[in-house]
Amino acid sequence: MKQIFAIILLLIMGWFLLGLVPLGQPTEPGVVAQHYISQGVQENRGANLVTSVIVNYRGFDTLGEVTVLFLSVAGAGFVLRRREGIERRVNRPSSEILQTGARMLFAPIVIFGAYIFVHGHLSPGGGFQGGAVVASAVMLLLLADRGHHLPHGFMHWLESMVGFTYVMVGLAGLVIAGSFLSNQGVLPLGTWNRLFSGGVIPIIYTLVGLKVGTELSSLLDTMIDTGRPDHADNSEGGTS
Amino acid sequence: MIILDLLICLVLVASAVVAMNVRNLVSAAVLVGVVSLLVSYLFLRMGAPDVAMTEAAIGAGLSTVIFLIAIRRTEEEEQG
Repeated sequence: MKQIFAIILLLIMGWFLLGLVPLGQPTEPGVVAQHYISQGVQENRGANLVTSVIVNYRGFDTLGEVTVLFLSVAGAGFVLRRREGIERRVNRPSSEILQTGARMLFAPIVIFGAYIFVHGHLSPGGGFQGGAVVASAVMLLLLADRGHHLPHGFMHWLESMVGFTYVMVGLAGLVIAGSFLSNQGVLPLGTWNRLFSGGVIPIIYTLVGLKVGTELSSLLDTMIDTGRPDHADNSEGGTS
Repeated sequence: MIILDLLICLVLVASAVVAMNVRNLVSAAVLVGVVSLLVSYLFLRMGAPDVAMTEAAIGAGLSTVIFLIAIRRTEEEEQG
């Protein structure tokens, strides 16, 4: 009986999903997409059209995405908050080779991440990808050297300032051009396919990259840093 | 090239199914990372390098590590 019910439910769901099949066929883009494709380079001077859409035409959504990420990191920090009196358990220090290697690799990976989000308007990639790469460098350092501490005060300050600046850039568009996060007239658009081009797009993507990088880094630090749950602490006792 | 794509799709589906059924949670987390990596290759093949980069960096890299840390904080084996 249960199985028959499940099968009927699956069939109903499949029937609803059948409506999605025509969406997979290549068709002419709609009016709005056609405008982005034909006018996007003219309006924003960004070589990477995807970035123009994400940061300019859909900039408000990106602000929302960054806010969602901030909320989830804040929630994780609240749930996994550091308890006073519990020292970080250092089971076994990593080997010298691992620690030195991680420290050597840290700077190149961070620079690569910065390259990705600074060149977001020219080449594939952007704030989210670059920020994730920066966070993976921090992760390498945290996992290799267990005694390492992130400068929390500075990172929270940087994250707040970056979020504030993002909203300020949006408000500048509202004041100058009449719509939030507008790219027209706020900054000179420059020449196509140059680093300093695209108006506010590279600035916003750099801000997004910094914000994503600091948020994911503090999330990883919180997760690595918190002590075990209480029952595990009682049963296993001693730290080395 | 199409044969390679089909092969990758096959491995992808197989990893996803095994990730759901395997008992060891560490293996499951690593298999989910493998799924993300293969999906990012498919995104690249379909001409979406931006999405592929996001999927590779966040799906295959960071979230796998976050899963592994969370598993280490709790228990290695699935209960019951």
